[in-house]
Amino acid sequence: MSRTHITCTVNGEDTDFLANPGTSLLDALRDELGLTGAKEGCGTGDCGACSVLMDGKVTCACLVFAPEAQGRDLLTVEGLSSADGVDGDHLHPLQQTFLEGAALQCGVCTPGFLVAAKALLDHNPDPTESEIRYALAGNLCRCTGYDKIIRSVQEAAVQLRSAT
Amino acid sequence: MEYAAPTTVDEARTLLADNPGSRVFAGATDVVPQMRSGRPEPSVLIDLKRIDRLMSVTHDNGHWTIGAAMPTSELTSNGEFSGVFPGISEGAGWIGSDQIQNRSSLGGNLCNGSPAADSVPAMIASDARAVIAGTDGERTIPVADVVTGPGQLSLADGEFVVEFEIDDPPANTGDAYIRMTPRTEMDIAIVGAAVRVTMDGDTCTDARVVLGAVAPTAVRVPDAEAALIGSSLDEAALAEVAAAASAAANPINDKRGTIEYRVQVAGVLAKRAAVLAAERARA
Repeated sequence: MSRTHITCTVNGEDTDFLANPGTSLLDALRDELGLTGAKEGCGTGDCGACSVLMDGKVTCACLVFAPEAQGRDLLTVEGLSSADGVDGDHLHPLQQTFLEGAALQCGVCTPGFLVAAKALLDHNPDPTESEIRYALAGNLCRCTGYDKIIRSVQEAAVQLRSAT
Repeated sequence: MEYAAPTTVDEARTLLADNPGSRVFAGATDVVPQMRSGRPEPSVLIDLKRIDRLMSVTHDNGHWTIGAAMPTSELTSNGEFSGVFPGISEGAGWIGSDQIQNRSSLGGNLCNGSPAADSVPAMIASDARAVIAGTDGERTIPVADVVTGPGQLSLADGEFVVEFEIDDPPANTGDAYIRMTPRTEMDIAIVGAAVRVTMDGDTCTDARVVLGAVAPTAVRVPDAEAALIGSSLDEAALAEVAAAASAAANPINDKRGTIEYRVQVAGVLAKRAAVLAAERARA
């Protein structure tokens, strides 16, 4: 089986890698590019732990075949600290508020929640609690720390709005 | 397994014909879980998302054309389409989380062949047609004729759905889709009901009633349609709609919903969807 050469943008940088055609984008990110933030929870699109942005749209990297990334613009949790005007040396407001709000316990779901929350705030800077809960319905937290996650997204939204 | 991303329908058709065991896909939200649960891998995965025709929605000459691989999030966020066909938009919007919505498509939802596919009943209620490409060119059939049983399609080897066509509805027409799930969110319907009505003042002049998840395929309920037509959706007519829908339901019995429960809920949802569709028709 021949490996496919894929060229795309990952976290703002031109990137290329080789992958078998049936490899998931999640495995390619983790094993070829060393970006291990996105996690495999279920591998079937149910849990959201592998959430990444593809051309700005949140999606489960486990459901994407690696060659589909050709020419696409990807953002993983590793790119959050250089997104939305953050300088790369500091945490993104979402990461900071999750940390301060103790919005994580075991932490496996956290990268997916952060990316999905960014997708929400990108197009809805002032979401209601209900809108946040719907937007994060595709992310499961087995430690069930949902309330702190919601509060942290609300706080990050306030900070991001005041920064612009 | 190989991967191919054709950019034209002809290219996709040739790939499918030339590679036995190949399979087209759009968002892979069903294909990946199936592969991971042990179904045989296709020889070639044919990604339809680089074909412009399968990724766009257009409205001209009195009908809408919706690309079969277009993400449902793009359809539901299309204000003009969702304004004309709120029921189809609702059904499409129930398919999974935001992560899934950015991948799931009307074509995939239909061709997965699930009796519970949320976007299918409302498409049938609006007489949607599927344009199918195959080795001999293209043909157009009613969406209602695509699925023949759970996971079973009327499509021949080498055929795939390119797009859907839906005529502009007559004036004073509204549609609605309501479903019942054991959980509030992120679940599969145990009953779905789509209704489309055309109203002349308080009188219903045309109706479609389609149930999902209560039979091997989505089913139309002619007796419920007959009860609506000529009525003002009064109590008596709605009771007939509910009785006809319950009578048409032939559901499975499982831990998610018993036969008795699904049969009863089919009647309730058909009634509620009719009322909502009529409200929209009058608006």
